[in-house]
Amino acid sequence: MPELVEKLSFYLEFPFVRYAIIVGVLVSLCSSLLGVTLVLKRYSYIGDGLSHVAFGALSIAAVLKLTNNMFVVLPVTIAVAILLLCRVGRDTRIKGDSAIAMVSVGALAIGYLLMNIFSTSANVSGDVCTTLFGSTSILTLKIEEVYLCVALSCVVLLVFILFYHKIFAITFDEKFAQATGVNATFFNLLIAVVIAVIIVLAMNLVGALLVSALVVFPSLSAMRVFKSFFSVTVAAAVFSVMCSLVGILIAILAGTPVGSTIVAMDIVAFLLCYVMGLIRGRA
Amino acid sequence: MNEIIPLIRCRQLTLGYGNKEVVRDLDYDVNVEDYLCVIGRNGSGKTTFLRGIAGLLPPRSGTIELCEDLKRSEIGFLPQISVVQRDFPASVEEIVLSAFQGKKGFLPFYGKARRERAMECMALTRTESLRKSCFRELSGGQKQRVLLARALCAAERLLLLDEPVTGLDPESAETMYRVVKDLHRNGMTIVMVTHDVDAALNDATRVMNFDQIAAKGK
Repeated sequence: MPELVEKLSFYLEFPFVRYAIIVGVLVSLCSSLLGVTLVLKRYSYIGDGLSHVAFGALSIAAVLKLTNNMFVVLPVTIAVAILLLCRVGRDTRIKGDSAIAMVSVGALAIGYLLMNIFSTSANVSGDVCTTLFGSTSILTLKIEEVYLCVALSCVVLLVFILFYHKIFAITFDEKFAQATGVNATFFNLLIAVVIAVIIVLAMNLVGALLVSALVVFPSLSAMRVFKSFFSVTVAAAVFSVMCSLVGILIAILAGTPVGSTIVAMDIVAFLLCYVMGLIRGRA
Repeated sequence: MNEIIPLIRCRQLTLGYGNKEVVRDLDYDVNVEDYLCVIGRNGSGKTTFLRGIAGLLPPRSGTIELCEDLKRSEIGFLPQISVVQRDFPASVEEIVLSAFQGKKGFLPFYGKARRERAMECMALTRTESLRKSCFRELSGGQKQRVLLARALCAAERLLLLDEPVTGLDPESAETMYRVVKDLHRNGMTIVMVTHDVDAALNDATRVMNFDQIAAKGK
């Protein structure tokens, strides 16, 4: 055990490890908060679809050889989020789930295709694997990226806290909210934008394919055990931050991929909560 | 005899979904202090009409006008329970309080007056003992009463009810009608879509029959 602590403090000396932990905590906090809304509105798959879109946008940015790919990835993801969250599901001509499947698989395919055709590095499949599973990207964050991430996370947190009750009202019953004077269109738009921002941020942490785990698992775990919206939200945030912290530390110590280790922790937390829920249900 | 003042004015109103028109060229006024019962067969357009008034369905053509300076934030609405709500982790209190979100006054928390109002509405619908309970663990009838409490909280001048007694036992249905009747007596305008024709007709001051409206439209 003392060796472990020593090893850990040795690693914590490095700024990139500290960046990874800061970003990890903030991103998992934000994603779990909005995750509750996404899961309850039956939009879990939109998170997944959006992350694929973000991957597609990322490959476009790579092809264009942009130094900061955020300027392509963020707007594209936000646009698609607005399209998916605010249009689909209202109009029944294209069913919501098939539209999401189309967009997400399409973006994935085109993204890989672009990266292959206009490949700039010798190791294309390695690059793609990194983007999809985020194996090392969190440990290679530049200081500007950390600042951007901290700033965006703070905005997301602020929006969530200020509009917490509105978000609850719209999640629980959009029709009622709209009929009684809440500007539901605006808040849906706001939720869509915030979710897109979170997905793009989270992609740095766990990679495009694993983003929805970060969104979905903490809130599902919290819902097994807790019974009010407020306690579910707080618990999801706590679970998510804990899992990410433990996951990052294990990944650093054991040399495992960061993203998958975090998700594995989320799965463990979910199983624990599931069992707790069962026990409570019996009692 | 009371003067007739329109509260909601529909003119040549056409409502529909996709490429189907459900309500055609309807001219109708809901007047101040009406207790209006909307009846008709399934698919005759009564719920669509209510959704139109509630502002959930933009008119295909024609107009729905809120008169007498009525604002959306003064309307209470009892929709039918949706799939999303069946297993929603929220306490009854959180749900009832969410009724105030359309009102003026932006605060990230609820003031004392609103908490008290919420308690009153829960008392009226006999849900105050469920205050801390989880919505998804309630029975169908209890859920319906919680949603009625929320609608009462929001309703200041107009209350819209979409099949309010669905899933209620006779006793709860009785309470529901009594609460609505009391509200009407105190000056609230009521629009209720219902299948329970006999019970509704006892209290209603006006009846709108969509079977006849549909027949006339053809």
